[in-house]
Amino acid sequence: MAAEETRIIYGHIGLEGWNASIDKYVSSGGYRILSKTVGRDPQELCAEMLKSNLRGRGGAGFPIGLKWKFIDKKCGKPIYLIANADESEPGTCKDRLIIYQDPHRLIEGMMCAAYAINASHAFIYIRGEYVNGYRVLVNAIEEARSKNYVGKNICGSGYSCELTVCRGAGCYVCGEETGLISSLAGMRAYPRIKPPYFPAVMGLYDCPTVVNNVESLCWVPIVFDKGGEYVSKMGSPADPGTHIWGVSGLVQKPGRYEILSGSCTLGELLHDLCGGPLVGRRFKAVIPGGSSMKVLKWDDKYAVKNADGTESEMRTEDIPLDAVSFQKCGTAIGSCGIIVMDNTIDMVEALANLNQFYAHESCGQCTPCREGTLWMSRITKRICEGWGRREDVELLQSVADNICGRTICALGEGAAWPVQSNVGKFREEYYEKIRRQETVGGQARADNNAYRLI
Amino acid sequence: MDKKTVKVNINGADYEVEAGRNVLETCRSVGIEIPHFCYHPDLKVAGSCRMCLVYTGMPARDRATGELLKKEDGSFEIAWMPKPAIACGTNVAENMHIITDSEAVRDCRRSVLEFILLNHPLDCPICDKAGECRLQEYAHAYGREESRYVENKNVKPKKTEVAGKIMLDAERCIQCSRCIRFCNEFIGRSIFGFTKRGSKTEIAVYPEADNDSNYLLNVVDGCPVGALTEKAFRFKMRTWFLKAVDGICAESSAGVNTRVWSREGRIYRITPRENSAVNQTWMSDSGRYVFERFNSENRLSRARIDSSPCELSYAVDRCVEILKLGSVAVVANAWQTLEEQYAAGELAKACGARIFMASHLGEDDGKLVSADRTPNMRGAFLTGLVDSYPGGDLSELAGLVRSGAVKTVLCLRENLRALGFEAKDFKSANIIYCGALENETSASAKVCVPLRSEFEKRGLWVNRQFRVQKFERAVEPPRETIDDLEFLMALLRDFTNASFSIPSVGDVRRVIASKIPQLKDCWNVGPEGLQIDGSAFAEIDFPETDAMHFYKNQHACSKE
Repeated sequence: MAAEETRIIYGHIGLEGWNASIDKYVSSGGYRILSKTVGRDPQELCAEMLKSNLRGRGGAGFPIGLKWKFIDKKCGKPIYLIANADESEPGTCKDRLIIYQDPHRLIEGMMCAAYAINASHAFIYIRGEYVNGYRVLVNAIEEARSKNYVGKNICGSGYSCELTVCRGAGCYVCGEETGLISSLAGMRAYPRIKPPYFPAVMGLYDCPTVVNNVESLCWVPIVFDKGGEYVSKMGSPADPGTHIWGVSGLVQKPGRYEILSGSCTLGELLHDLCGGPLVGRRFKAVIPGGSSMKVLKWDDKYAVKNADGTESEMRTEDIPLDAVSFQKCGTAIGSCGIIVMDNTIDMVEALANLNQFYAHESCGQCTPCREGTLWMSRITKRICEGWGRREDVELLQSVADNICGRTICALGEGAAWPVQSNVGKFREEYYEKIRRQETVGGQARADNNAYRLI
Repeated sequence: MDKKTVKVNINGADYEVEAGRNVLETCRSVGIEIPHFCYHPDLKVAGSCRMCLVYTGMPARDRATGELLKKEDGSFEIAWMPKPAIACGTNVAENMHIITDSEAVRDCRRSVLEFILLNHPLDCPICDKAGECRLQEYAHAYGREESRYVENKNVKPKKTEVAGKIMLDAERCIQCSRCIRFCNEFIGRSIFGFTKRGSKTEIAVYPEADNDSNYLLNVVDGCPVGALTEKAFRFKMRTWFLKAVDGICAESSAGVNTRVWSREGRIYRITPRENSAVNQTWMSDSGRYVFERFNSENRLSRARIDSSPCELSYAVDRCVEILKLGSVAVVANAWQTLEEQYAAGELAKACGARIFMASHLGEDDGKLVSADRTPNMRGAFLTGLVDSYPGGDLSELAGLVRSGAVKTVLCLRENLRALGFEAKDFKSANIIYCGALENETSASAKVCVPLRSEFEKRGLWVNRQFRVQKFERAVEPPRETIDDLEFLMALLRDFTNASFSIPSVGDVRRVIASKIPQLKDCWNVGPEGLQIDGSAFAEIDFPETDAMHFYKNQHACSKE
């Protein structure tokens, strides 16, 4: 099986002479599906989506059709659709390209989805740092509105839906759907407790709301056009469709690669498509899905249960690129942002970097994450500065365990998983670093009590 | 609304509990306390402290048939949630299983406390909250012995003054957001808010804005730690030296339930007491300082006859002599307890005196300060002192004094000079002033009898909802004063030449219970008060407007 790209969502990107204007999009067949969709029965559309079995591309991998199904349509309140373009997971950069280069694909997807769930208003919540992306979107929406693809009476169907772009202010937790909803409603971006704030029932302005990732929404017209059954057969059955893998870190050719799910392995992606490690280096570790997923050790082997009940061993590089395979190996594809680390990387430094990020981005609402992230960050920083103690390794693990599963939103897990996996899989490296510090910097270490607080 | 119940299993024991409540309240109702910081029964659920984590589970269902799975012994197969849930944000459901005392739950609590204490300053020795601090209590009960934290603690502003009455220490704050929610939900505007992010999150107020409200001090009571402390109470007294006595706020007819905290005869503070039918857990700031009325400077502390101090018993005897001269009018008031009003009524009957009262009105804030600024006007109606709502002054009585129709005025507590009397009127009638405070009336009255403040006696008041509420004696009265009821009874006995021992408050209550049908149960009023039927007074236009747990002219057994 040779590794190759299957460009569907990225179909237009990189084409000769392509730009973000509506003319290009329409001339390549764009908005054709929207004009057909608005004549169909919304219930049937939702059923197609459910049939497609597509998982959300935002990170949690929740089936899109199921999410739509939970919408409380009978409550009489307006329904909102939000595109989550707050792409702030470190290592993830897939939506950015869609927004910058193919915004009409997103807009068409949103309008199709809005029609299917009968949304009265749609929002794009775009990451604050994507300043140009915001401009591109505003411009594209104007273009689409002038052609009657957005706004009142879309394609003459009688269905109207406004589309508004809203910029975030640069906060990681706004990517969490309830945090995003709070932020969009003008409040502090605090994730909300569930129950009662399930977005499908009490979302934006306490109305039913669907929050979907940009890539997920781009799939909507394809599902409506080709049918749910067709899409459900693309790639591996448990996780159909393509994934856009954003590979960053120490490989020859980092970049975004759209790959049919399950069609190649992690090793094929990194070696064949990305050109392998830099000259003279070896892969050491891979974070498969944005920084908050558990890290994989390149030399590790995993006992995997096959469908027929037998057990087999799988190396990291043999993991097929789909959600289920990664789950079997104790991690997840998250938002498909692969971060590659080679043998020159100090895992403690890498973790210190991540911890600093989570300490900075914790919203501060609930206790374990608020206090725990900064604590972990301070511990790893201290180790990197040469003040590590052997017990810090156990301490890190214990703090991460105490955060995991006890927070309001998934950021708690997101902050704890890297620590748990990193410390768990590279424990010797931590001890080695601390041991070296103890001997090399012995003089300074004698004064270790400086860190003791009363 | 009929109360539905559900069956739950808490820590292996089955209970039948009220439906629709959260796990935390449910466990509390069966005597299992779940520690919590951010949850407050009268505020929206924030779910942010994570202290109340418990494990819950529901009976498992067969995926195919949807039927409940049962074990061999007939008990339910329980599908436990993989993650702990917050007890404050989870409602009980039929057959829910809850675990609050397992090692896993204890581990949750221990870790959350450890996290909270990481950046919490070790201020306890100088912190006013010490002794009644949730964090302190829970740290003792659930925390680990030693800190594993060797890093430096966060530094935040230690002293921020809020509206001149609260000191805010951001370091001590544990970000429970109770103060923020209280201001948003009860006061109706944002006063507190968070700034910054993550562990650096700070509680802050709007700088140079009007952050004042008459309910602001409730955030101090709500604060589970010492981040918000009341300026007036700050550094005055350690809380464990204070003794708390149940009281009722005398500020207005709302009848806010309070706790009066005192030590060695001195009141240090008043805090609200929970009563879900009256004031929830709130009270006004102005009501917290009513005790200052009775501080020693303007206290009437000695009996006086013709402005010269004398023994109390002489003054009482002199009162009887004066009353016997006839043409008496009694000025009663609505600060008197129900028992005293009854006694005053009896005394007036015996002397053939007419009873006059004045109303004391103010602005109604629609919450817990009502238009009627006296605590017991409903009591005056019930005891028959008045049958129509009294006017704002006593000019009618002053006219009677001037015309010579009234020769003796027994004035209880009211300041006649402020109610239509002029200086010369004091010459034309014998004015007996009985009260706790010095004022213009006491300065020129013929006889002054020092009575007791509402903190120095016990009794019943009837609030605007026609709810009979009792308050207890908080502090020892000054030596030269006489209990109001005792004084009135002594007058009654000596005036009628009857022979009985002075009855206790309880005795009078029993008499009232037997004589006034609405008050037949008033001899046994619990801490929650007793709602009585006031429909007999339906046609009276009371000045209070709609407010918390009250609607205009509420007279019958309220909506409950």
